[in-house]
Amino acid sequence: MDAKKYVIRQISIFSENRPGRLAAIAHALGEEKINILAFSIAEANGFGVVRALVDHPEKAHDKLQSLGFNIAFTEVIAVKMKDQPGGLYEVAKILGDAGINIEYSYAYSGKDGAVLILRVDQIEDAIIRILDSGATLLERSVFH
Amino acid sequence: MVCWDPRIEEMPREDLQRMQYKLLKTLVYRLYSFSPFYHDRMKEQNVHPDDIRQLSDVKKLPFMFKRDLRDNYPDKIFAAPKEELVRYHVSSGTTGKPTVVGYTQNDLNTWTTSLARALTSSGLGRGDVIQVSYGYGLFTGGLGLHYGAERIGATVLPTSVGNTERQIELMQDLGATAIACTPSYLLHIGEVAEKMGINIKKDTELRTGILGAEPWTEGMRVRIENWLGIKAYDIYGTSELSGPMFTECTEQKGFHIWSDIALVEIIDPKTEEPLEAGEKGELTITILQKEALPMIRYRIGDITCMQTDTCACGRTHPRIQRIQGRVDDMLIIRGINVFPSQIEYGLMAIPEVGQHFQIVVDRKGALDDLLVRVELTRDSFSDKINDIMQVRKNVEHRLRSSLNVNVNVELVEPGSLPRFEGKSKKVIDKRSL
Repeated sequence: MDAKKYVIRQISIFSENRPGRLAAIAHALGEEKINILAFSIAEANGFGVVRALVDHPEKAHDKLQSLGFNIAFTEVIAVKMKDQPGGLYEVAKILGDAGINIEYSYAYSGKDGAVLILRVDQIEDAIIRILDSGATLLERSVFH
Repeated sequence: MVCWDPRIEEMPREDLQRMQYKLLKTLVYRLYSFSPFYHDRMKEQNVHPDDIRQLSDVKKLPFMFKRDLRDNYPDKIFAAPKEELVRYHVSSGTTGKPTVVGYTQNDLNTWTTSLARALTSSGLGRGDVIQVSYGYGLFTGGLGLHYGAERIGATVLPTSVGNTERQIELMQDLGATAIACTPSYLLHIGEVAEKMGINIKKDTELRTGILGAEPWTEGMRVRIENWLGIKAYDIYGTSELSGPMFTECTEQKGFHIWSDIALVEIIDPKTEEPLEAGEKGELTITILQKEALPMIRYRIGDITCMQTDTCACGRTHPRIQRIQGRVDDMLIIRGINVFPSQIEYGLMAIPEVGQHFQIVVDRKGALDDLLVRVELTRDSFSDKINDIMQVRKNVEHRLRSSLNVNVNVELVEPGSLPRFEGKSKKVIDKRSL
């Protein structure tokens, strides 16, 4: 099995915690006609990390870097959930039972159902165990 | 080793001191007789030129301060007739009202001689192309270096400050082998060059930097030398002494202060007593050969120490160490003396943060609060919040242990702190507002 096709490239951006920083990032992506498919902001004391799945990660990386942003790629996976009560529980239970620890996670719900984005430490191992448990992983090609 | 003037530069110390005594005696007699300002000062101090019987009697003479120049603005203490003046310079006024300095032709010659010896000691000479990126104009840096560089037969590229991209193009096209500017401007040049796709180390002929006009540290030197592939030499001087006058020799162990031009004392700023060689204190300089604006026991406010042993380069003139702070730049945080240079030194040891920083001092309740803002470098960002928190903790820990005072650190985006082309203003003290 080719686990690699399930590995998705997330962009992570270091941002000072002050008004206008998200607008600056979003404006830059908009200008390059890059679509944001999912995103979250993690907040720490005085700074934040903006994480996003976009349709053109390389282009987004180059654009933001040219503007002086501190930006890195991070590998994540996306698990399909039922968009109904108990949907998150089903997936979370599978991960817990499989002994997969989550570093961080965020989710979105779209017309094709709900999706849980996960950052885990042993990504290939996690992919195998999630698939073995009967859950559905979205392939990279769904995003970019 | 090549000397500009070996007879003077390698003269035995006893001979130098004999020369200094004669020059001092002549200077004091001249000023006592012809300058109302110095005459009154010496009367007030109850000292007569006849009291100067040996070199160490210099300590009987009154001190001069920056405020003497401000109080006598613009030219009330000039000791040469106006028609003898050939140039004015005006200080940048970063510490208050500007001060005016005048020069006779002999003063310009002395200044240029000092720099000719200094630049030669830093390994420069004929065949070098020296890019002078200090400001030309009222500031002494540009014109001072310009004449010094011409005197040693180097080719001068007088770019002055600003228009950085053009500076980099000219550096490349004309094969500049040396640059004279502030260390923070050189860092800026390095960053702009990288953005232009030019690697200073590989794509230019640059091999020497003559850097000064603002405080910097040994750590910053290592960083500049490794990053840009050059030798970075410190340069020292202030407009009151004429301008930049002294640089490090290739040993990089302090500035040689030419004894026939300047008499150096290091004093305890509180007791005003002279300190021994090697002891840290306030630099006090008497310029032995100056006509328009003589300076006797001038207290510049810089903290350093002096070495009097003969340098490995063979020069016998005493060296002063890199300036370690300013008497008036010193911040007092919760009763503890803190110099911005200490903070810079601490940061240089941590690769995850950049070269630029800003210090914000404020009062939280009754307590002083010290915040250091520093840029997280590109390579050290990895998406993990914990890693970033760890960087901040390391910086805080390092600064706390070297300053002995509590420090808060804020990590900011690369390129977001202000860059300065002249003297950088790194401290914002909100307590005094």
